[in-house]
Amino acid sequence: MAVVSFLPPLLALAGAPLLLGVINRTKAVVAGRIGQPLLQVYFDLAKLLRKGAVYSRTTTWIFRAAPCVGLAAMLSAATLVPLGGGAAPVAFAGDLVLFAYLLGVSRVFTVLAALDTGSSFEGMGASREVTFSALAEPALLLALAALARQTGSLSLSAMYARIGVGWTTAAPAFALLAGALLLVFLTENSRIPIDDPTTHLELTMIHEVMVLDHGGPDLACILYGSALKLWLLGALLVGILVPIRSGSAGLDVAAAVGGLLTLAMLIGLIESSMARLRLTRVPQFLVGAGVMSAVALLLTLR
Amino acid sequence: MWTDTLLVFLALSSLLLLGSSRLTRCIRIVAFQGVVLGALTLAVHRDGLSVRPLLLAVAIVGIKGVAFPWVLSRVLRAGEVRREVEPFISYNVSLVVGALTLGLSFWWSARLPLPMPPVSSLIVPIAFFTTLAGLFVIVSRRKALTQVLGYLVLENGIYAIGIGLVAETPMVVELGVLLDVFVAVFVMGIAIFHINREFDHIDADRLAVLRDWSA
Amino acid sequence: MILALLALPTAAALAAYFMRADAPRRWLLVLAAVLHAALTAATWVTRAAPVASGWLALDAPGQLFLSITSVLFLMAAGYGVGYLRREHRGARTDFVEGLLFANAPEATFTACLLLFLAAMTLVCVSHRFGLLWVGIEATTLTSAPLIYFHRHHRSLEATWKYLMICSVGIALALLGNFFLTVAASNADGTVVPLILEDLVRSASRLHVLWLRAAFLLFLVGYGTKMGLAPLHTWLPDAHSEAPSVVSALLSGALLNCAFLGILRLQQVCVAAGEAAFGQELLVGFGLLSMAVAAVFVLGQPDYKRMLAYSSVEHMGILTLGVGLGGAATFGAMLHAVNHSLTKAMLFLVAGNILATYQSKSTADVRGVLRALPVSGLLWLTGLFAITGSPPFGAFLSELTIFKAALDHGRVVVAIAYLVLLALIFVGMATAMLQMAQGPADAPARRRGDTEPWLTIAPPAVLAAVVLGLGLYVPDAVRQVLEHAARAFG
Repeated sequence: MAVVSFLPPLLALAGAPLLLGVINRTKAVVAGRIGQPLLQVYFDLAKLLRKGAVYSRTTTWIFRAAPCVGLAAMLSAATLVPLGGGAAPVAFAGDLVLFAYLLGVSRVFTVLAALDTGSSFEGMGASREVTFSALAEPALLLALAALARQTGSLSLSAMYARIGVGWTTAAPAFALLAGALLLVFLTENSRIPIDDPTTHLELTMIHEVMVLDHGGPDLACILYGSALKLWLLGALLVGILVPIRSGSAGLDVAAAVGGLLTLAMLIGLIESSMARLRLTRVPQFLVGAGVMSAVALLLTLR
Repeated sequence: MWTDTLLVFLALSSLLLLGSSRLTRCIRIVAFQGVVLGALTLAVHRDGLSVRPLLLAVAIVGIKGVAFPWVLSRVLRAGEVRREVEPFISYNVSLVVGALTLGLSFWWSARLPLPMPPVSSLIVPIAFFTTLAGLFVIVSRRKALTQVLGYLVLENGIYAIGIGLVAETPMVVELGVLLDVFVAVFVMGIAIFHINREFDHIDADRLAVLRDWSA
Repeated sequence: MILALLALPTAAALAAYFMRADAPRRWLLVLAAVLHAALTAATWVTRAAPVASGWLALDAPGQLFLSITSVLFLMAAGYGVGYLRREHRGARTDFVEGLLFANAPEATFTACLLLFLAAMTLVCVSHRFGLLWVGIEATTLTSAPLIYFHRHHRSLEATWKYLMICSVGIALALLGNFFLTVAASNADGTVVPLILEDLVRSASRLHVLWLRAAFLLFLVGYGTKMGLAPLHTWLPDAHSEAPSVVSALLSGALLNCAFLGILRLQQVCVAAGEAAFGQELLVGFGLLSMAVAAVFVLGQPDYKRMLAYSSVEHMGILTLGVGLGGAATFGAMLHAVNHSLTKAMLFLVAGNILATYQSKSTADVRGVLRALPVSGLLWLTGLFAITGSPPFGAFLSELTIFKAALDHGRVVVAIAYLVLLALIFVGMATAMLQMAQGPADAPARRRGDTEPWLTIAPPAVLAAVVLGLGLYVPDAVRQVLEHAARAFG
């Protein structure tokens, strides 16, 4: 029982960089290239850990602490998220709020570190990041609230265990929920159409520019932390979209992991086929996601 | 189940209309609403498909889904107007107001004493919301074309309320209503064409020469 | 006979649209008007049978409004022939701003006029609420091209406002129709058909809440079309920018038909015992309309707009009359007749003044009595008739309403009514008397035109009828008025 319960976080820790690799590979294949190896991110992490870091004289302890805090927050969040219908190691009523705010803690420290460098590019990226996440947070919380209302529980593990019931009774609401969560997923992970992770022009970066000055192990922590965030939010989304409950825990978890890999391929396809939204349109996009969650909540409330 | 899904599409299309900035996309959204409404006419008839609802659904899809967008697109193309909606109330605020209105409709229709239970519990709130969304679009947008689109959405909402509350309306009346709306949109389209030719714009709020208080 | 009343104008409209030559088309218009009037007169002699299982029928109120419409159309058609003859073809200069514009094709104008008549007839004869709605929407759609006859930007603006505001209002009335259906549904799922007679018969079984909501929506929706304040904003623009023939029909006939829509539901409410609810609302809207009209009539620089606001005022009086109930309803019905005839006459005479003086401004027109003797006399007659002076018909009807208000103990309403009437009299009299008196001031080249008989005969006939009604109301007419009044409470 204990091993099965720890399976979701272990899988997250091991498999998160693989998701990034799948996304990059999909984009390359669609573009007609061969692309990076699937395990490239692991090699990148290993390389970064061997390097040293350079710290500017204008920075303070926040700049050194931020990557660690971010990674710690992600690791804590990893213990909360269930996979494949099983329970996560840590589950209590209201843990969905803790999850959302752990994401918030990591974001706050990233932003503070960016401001700490005293550079205008980072500050610009910080301001954009905070604006967009302020708009995305209602969408996330309303979606989770709708989910909680429909499944009748306030704990992530319990909610996802009863997902199948929700689909049979409130399919339209769940479809809307999934849509809103997808949009939030794209926003939180700085994917197209919100932000282009492969751009090298600072003026167009949002997330990348905040971490521009980190190097070595710090960058490794940040890279790993963002891979974990991708996995965790993806697990939330896949939990709704793939409600397979075959009775065997192993099969369910395998199905969930398969779903995550498919989601990564889907993200790769979205990134290859769309362009980034104009910056002034992003708030509209996010308010739209928020409204979708609100409609889903209204549908489950009646 | 189909009815509920179609109704959610109706609500989403109204919300999308509140947030859209391009006129061609707005026209397509209203066309989509017309198709959804036609499908809803069929889905609501619990006792199977018969000639009457089928004919009505085809008429609705044909007129609201095909004819209206065609007329309005031609008007748009004939004049070289700016294809941006130019609202008085910004898109974000419109979307939030739309979500609040939807919540209000749900609350209000839960308190409505209906003599007989409707086909689906979603139909009255969503139809009412669509009506209010149509009124909102008429009032908060600048262009004459969006006023026509708002009128169409208003009619769609009222028709959906009719489907929800009323069991059987005579075919003649239904067709008469459809015909009236069709001619109305046709006449409005011609009027917009003339407005564009006369003024080189289709901003309804600049049509303000006739007034009693000279400001 | 009812079907003939509907089919005749429609067929004539189709024929007129495809006719090439102008002169035969104009006489077709007059012919159609004469035949329609003859058929309407025939319904007074022999009662018309209901058609299509009660969907179309002619009862007392319908007959009353249909007769008003028919007479007005006949006069307008006669005047219209003279008007169309005088209109130049091709580009002309607008005298307000000096821009060049053209007229709409005459075939479209004539066809729309006839279709307009058909639509108004449909409203008067339809006893099925759904069909009534279709008719009123049809009147909006057929009259919009008529307003846009002079194709320049002001009339386009007026047409657009008219189309949008009235369509939205009528859409709300459609919602009211649905609410009425809910009110009429029985517990077992069947619905009482929305035919007037059936609803009145089973009035006690209607759900009160839904009936009230339906009445409210009808009042707001059809009230927009009727010109009740605060939904009247389209009225001054549309009635002043349209050609005078069209304004006469709009003010005289169309507003009445929209009122009929509200009255039909009031009939059902009265039968269901809910008369009091509607009456309070009607009194409120009526007084508000009169007040708004009074404010805008005082000092109004454009005389056609002034006449339009006067229409708003009289619609307010009609609503007030029906809202007070009892004898006031009879007064309101009589007033509907008087107002329609007088307002139509005034608009036709205004058309004559406009054609001669080339200006719509009250300040620019002086000495109508000298320049256009017959028109000037009719103008003054119209002033006294419309403001309710004896011996004209409007005096009797307005007095009846006032007396009924006092009899019912509504002293405040009666006082407000009198004050507003007085204000409007002051406003209109200053403007119209100034226009009539003084030296003949018309532009030189038009002075000395003898007034073509087609432009003065129709208004003269209307004035004579109004004077006649003030002196003596024939029994047949009185009976129809009483039947109508009893139906509406």
